[in-house]
Amino acid sequence: MSDNRNSFVRHEMLSERAPPVGERGVLKWARENLFSSVFNTIMTIVSVWVIYSIAVGVAPWFFNGVWNAETTRECYEILDGVNGACFAVLRERFPQLIYGFTYPSSEYWRPNLATVLLLVALAPVLFRRLPKGLLVFTVIYPFLAYWLIWGGSILIPTVAFVGCFIGVACYKKFSSGAFVTAITLSLISAYLCWFLGGYLISWNDAFLSLEIVPSRDMGGFMLNLLLGTIAVSLSIPLGIALALGRQSNMPIIKWICVVFIEFIRGVPLITLLFVANVILAFFFPPETSIDLILRVIIMMTFFNSAYIAEVVRGGLAALPSGQYEAANSLGLDYSQSMRFIILPQALKISIPGIVNVSVGMLKDTTLVSIISMFDLVGMIRGPILSSTDWNGVYWELFGAAAAIFFVVCFTVSKYSQWLERQLETGKH
Amino acid sequence: MSTSQISRRDNFQLSMLLNDKRYRSYTFQFFALIILICIMAYLGKNLLENLAAAGLNISYSFLGEASGYDINQRLIEYNSQSTHLRAAFVGVLNTLLVAFLGCIMATIFGVTAGILRLSNNWIVAKLMMIYVEIFRNVPVLIWILIIHSVFLTILPQPKAFRGENPEASMLWDAFAFTGRGIYIPKPVFYDGSLIVIATFILSIIGVFAFRNYSRKKLYDTGQLIETRWTSVVIFFVPTLLVYFVMGNPIGLEYPELKGFNFKGGIYARGSLISLWFALSIYTGAFIAEVVRAGIQSVNQGQSEAAGALGLRSNLVMNLVILPQALRVIVPPLISFYLNITKNSSLALAVGYMDITGTLGGITLNQTGRAIEAVLLLMLFYLVISLSISAIMNVYNRSIMLKER
Repeated sequence: MSDNRNSFVRHEMLSERAPPVGERGVLKWARENLFSSVFNTIMTIVSVWVIYSIAVGVAPWFFNGVWNAETTRECYEILDGVNGACFAVLRERFPQLIYGFTYPSSEYWRPNLATVLLLVALAPVLFRRLPKGLLVFTVIYPFLAYWLIWGGSILIPTVAFVGCFIGVACYKKFSSGAFVTAITLSLISAYLCWFLGGYLISWNDAFLSLEIVPSRDMGGFMLNLLLGTIAVSLSIPLGIALALGRQSNMPIIKWICVVFIEFIRGVPLITLLFVANVILAFFFPPETSIDLILRVIIMMTFFNSAYIAEVVRGGLAALPSGQYEAANSLGLDYSQSMRFIILPQALKISIPGIVNVSVGMLKDTTLVSIISMFDLVGMIRGPILSSTDWNGVYWELFGAAAAIFFVVCFTVSKYSQWLERQLETGKH
Repeated sequence: MSTSQISRRDNFQLSMLLNDKRYRSYTFQFFALIILICIMAYLGKNLLENLAAAGLNISYSFLGEASGYDINQRLIEYNSQSTHLRAAFVGVLNTLLVAFLGCIMATIFGVTAGILRLSNNWIVAKLMMIYVEIFRNVPVLIWILIIHSVFLTILPQPKAFRGENPEASMLWDAFAFTGRGIYIPKPVFYDGSLIVIATFILSIIGVFAFRNYSRKKLYDTGQLIETRWTSVVIFFVPTLLVYFVMGNPIGLEYPELKGFNFKGGIYARGSLISLWFALSIYTGAFIAEVVRAGIQSVNQGQSEAAGALGLRSNLVMNLVILPQALRVIVPPLISFYLNITKNSSLALAVGYMDITGTLGGITLNQTGRAIEAVLLLMLFYLVISLSISAIMNVYNRSIMLKER
């Protein structure tokens, strides 16, 4: 009893005490992440100084920016000696930067609509959770986009589409039999359809017609997007075919593919654009004249497909040989084993690489400004900077161009990283 | 029954070319070859017809003619009376110069940024991430143009260096950074400088020999010899000694302001500097990612094991992490070097006279020999790329051998 009174025994647990000030919250974080050692502290100070000096340099320039002016001189008068940007050029020349300077302004809705529809068409390809039915639109989209951007009668893309459709349908119908018969029949039927369609078009070429915009009127960022999208979408099948050809055990096929891939990868894109600009025309029949934009698309497709072929080859090589042997032992022929066993796995591995190459392609479309096409960079370097109104406005224009490309390319590369995580199966 | 089947299989029939797997590949290749030849013949026929119609022919004789244009940045003697071939050669050297400088600088940027991105300093890591993302996602052409205009607008013109109270002044009276280019002192070699250079090379060999010797001694006897300070002494002392004994045979020629421009020293044009810087900082962002991936690819257990063996952190990096990371880093690194070489053809945008600017630019426009010029241009780049990929294959094989 007396023991009980003299000694003190706590009957309940003490509540946890908060950690010392230095061991919690912002302080702990700062100590561990910013000032953990002398060297680290120096680095932090240097970084803060770098950020500070960039901010001090750029912020006034950015926030003092003039958005309403007609010329550089007017801009400077408004600024009155204060350090500031002249964003008015972006405002005034916005249509030129986006659509080029000869695209008819009444038709701007067409490329806009085509871009929105492009996103719709790409959605089922990019996000596999969406219903597969949407892929129908993806198949129709190229023909629709052609009609929207270049204009003319809707009959031309319709006939082209119907021809392709009938050709594919024919191939599907006869592909259970001999391969050669199916291909021949499908080619003949498609050609027949195009041939008959030609009469239809010449009979009524104003049906549902949009104003025709020739290729040379395309420009600005629209041209970059156009070249990038077409070259990338054409080069993926070509690249896969080249990769398969390079893996083939038929020596002639293999060597054709190897020489093509190594040649294209060995030269800079700019020389291929020179070819498109000055040489390619020599290789077409004398009476034809092919658009420069089409020649550029051909060369860019070749260029990109060689790089995609290397990515896909990496994917093919990464598959364990057991997969090939399993496909063979199931009695599948070459095309079946590729379509059902090898390619689905190889492409899955190579998708991030393909996306990276494609982002690179989109960035490389700016090179067309060197062969004097007026893409976004070409517009800035050509008509805008050399105009008397906007002489010497480098930063705002190139900054805007960089920002546009950054937004697009950064989004795509983030998507690629997301996809990489989504596709990570069988590792755990 | 069975014998007849066997004999039937051995009898070659025409339909087997299509239906028998053994022969089908021959048919297929045969047709592929025929198609290829047809395409080539068709293109060749068009080419000949077009050339005949335009009154042209394929001839390389233009290479021997006087070029008639000047090249402002050159490594070898050249004037407007020189031939187109020599102009092309000046261009080749300029391409190789900017590619070489670019590779070194890009490696420095890339390795620094890649290591700093893994730093446990939050703000540094974030800064490096911003650098990498910004530079990777904007076309290199835009970077070249931006950096070129930075160069032109921010750096002072030579005239700013003139007068009593000049707006700009030279760094240590030796380096002048102007909007037209950068001037740095140029070493001048007098009599006896050869001996100094020879001593210098010998002392470098000496340092390596000494390090080899001390390592051998360590492995054989376990005796550790101090190497750091001895190396420094071997590196500097003999050269300096000979330099003063010979009576300062190597001097520096400083750039000086004469009239409206600088004279003397080594002059690097603004276009070279901006192209060099733009290519290296752009490619550096890619290299940073490769370096980061390479370091991260080394298993965490490796550095823990090295730590458990009692190695200090810099030794862990040098002896354990880097040798393994290099296997992952080097192959893509070399392909980025190749990219720098190919991207240096964008020199056209800033007016730097590389091979694309001379042979593919002015020569092509002056002579109208588009096919020949572009073919030669492609041949040059092909030779460079194929030789670099050959070196890369040799390297890959050499690191494959060590794997067990």
